[in-house]
Amino acid sequence: MTLELVDVSMDYGLRGREKRALDGVNITVSPREFLCVVGASGSGKSTLLSLVAGLTTPTSGVITIDGRPITGPGPDRGLVFQTGSLYPWRTVERNVAFGLELLDLDAAERRRRVDWYLAETGLADVRRSLPRQLSGGQQQRAAIARALVCEPDVLLLDEPFGALDVQTKEDMQLLIRQIWRDTGTTVLMVTHDVEEAVFLGTRVVVLASDPGRVAADLRIPLAEDRTLATKRSPAFLELRASVEDLVRAQHRSGVAR
Amino acid sequence: MKAALAERSADVRATWPPLPRRTRSRRTALTIRTPLSRRAATALTVGSLAVPFACWVVLSATGAVPATFLPAPGAVLSAGWEMARSGELAVDAWTTTRRVLEGFGLAVLVSVPLGILMGTFHAGQAAFEPVIGLLRYLPASAFIPLLIIWLGLGEPSKIAILFIGTVFFNTLMTADVVRGVPRALIDVSYTLGARRGEVLRKVVVPHALPGIIDAVRVNAAAAWNFVVVAELVNSTAGLGYRIVRAQRFLQTDKIFAVLVVIGVIGVTIDVALRLVRARVGRWAA
Repeated sequence: MTLELVDVSMDYGLRGREKRALDGVNITVSPREFLCVVGASGSGKSTLLSLVAGLTTPTSGVITIDGRPITGPGPDRGLVFQTGSLYPWRTVERNVAFGLELLDLDAAERRRRVDWYLAETGLADVRRSLPRQLSGGQQQRAAIARALVCEPDVLLLDEPFGALDVQTKEDMQLLIRQIWRDTGTTVLMVTHDVEEAVFLGTRVVVLASDPGRVAADLRIPLAEDRTLATKRSPAFLELRASVEDLVRAQHRSGVAR
Repeated sequence: MKAALAERSADVRATWPPLPRRTRSRRTALTIRTPLSRRAATALTVGSLAVPFACWVVLSATGAVPATFLPAPGAVLSAGWEMARSGELAVDAWTTTRRVLEGFGLAVLVSVPLGILMGTFHAGQAAFEPVIGLLRYLPASAFIPLLIIWLGLGEPSKIAILFIGTVFFNTLMTADVVRGVPRALIDVSYTLGARRGEVLRKVVVPHALPGIIDAVRVNAAAAWNFVVVAELVNSTAGLGYRIVRAQRFLQTDKIFAVLVVIGVIGVTIDVALRLVRARVGRWAA
């Protein structure tokens, strides 16, 4: 699976008074990659994900998966929002099962798949709970499991840990790394947290603001096996600092002061 | 430059008089959104029922108000008992209830799908919202003469008044609830592979259902009002009819008894719908 954005631009607003959110973005995501997109607010990060998800159509340019253009949303591109996208009337297991209920699967097959992802995300004990009974971290794990059970080509994460406290966030970062390695899925994640991007990504793309465009695209040469200790290693700290400088430079150039 | 700024503002601030301080208001029983003790709350609730009732007893017992205007509680009870024993109360109550079930039931059958349509599709909103927004301000009781001309004096005109009185409000309220379904839930459903109809059926409707029941509950109270209005004009049975008849013979005790029955049935409907709402909307608690 290769995801390609070619010269993608996006304008918002009425004719004649458009605001350019993304300007000529070119990104190629290779199979099994964990690509993190960082940028300050106004860099069009969320617009980028919504375009890849197919929820909006670019003003110009094309987005393709294995050469086929994206025409709309579909289960081949699973999406996880920052908060509150679980179905509040469905239990955890029925939230996770949603995508499978739409397919022609018998109950046993569905159950087997749901069980695997509940176990993978550590939700087996709360499978019959309603979303409001879960902690913020559990809710995000359920949302991730719900997207993954459809076996997407690429998992799209829109600031998925942005609303969590620091400790929970670190737990979730370790979990998503583990899920990524266990399932072999491709991940495209958007965040404003540089540390998170460098820690998680095999590659980091820095977006400049107003309008959003690619300012830098760098490989993260850290070992596959990353633990919380990785965050204290000199190599990590150096990478983090250089990406932070890039983001800051782009932020300055965007805001006149 | 930053240092200069700090110096300058420090200079200026030294010349400012201290800000006046406000005294804080004391905590009382009327502090906003502060729980009351259980005993105080119970006392207020009991008092709000007992005081008016006591006034009624005293006023009628002392004869300060003639019994023709304000019958004694005992007289109301025996009038009610009399009507219940003769069977006419049951017939009237059922006739009225059936009209509500038919007229308001029809209104729900029309307004809920229409409201879902309006809340889901911009086209539905553009097509219906202006018309319905206007129609709902036409009082249903003003339609009574017209409906009698169109539909005659029988059941259809009474059902129609109920329908007109509730259908527009229930449509707009349903549309509002449906519009409240979070965008993110709809978007995420598409990315999970749901088609338009499935999003409507499996996401929009379940999310809106508790709110729709709330709208129905509010408008059921309105329907219960309209049915009595409809029955005041040319009926041969029903609680409204019984009131008009009692008026003709100055039987205020009967009127009071019927009012009590109307109240009791209304509250029963409300409680029943509340229970349904609590069951359906458990997830929202």
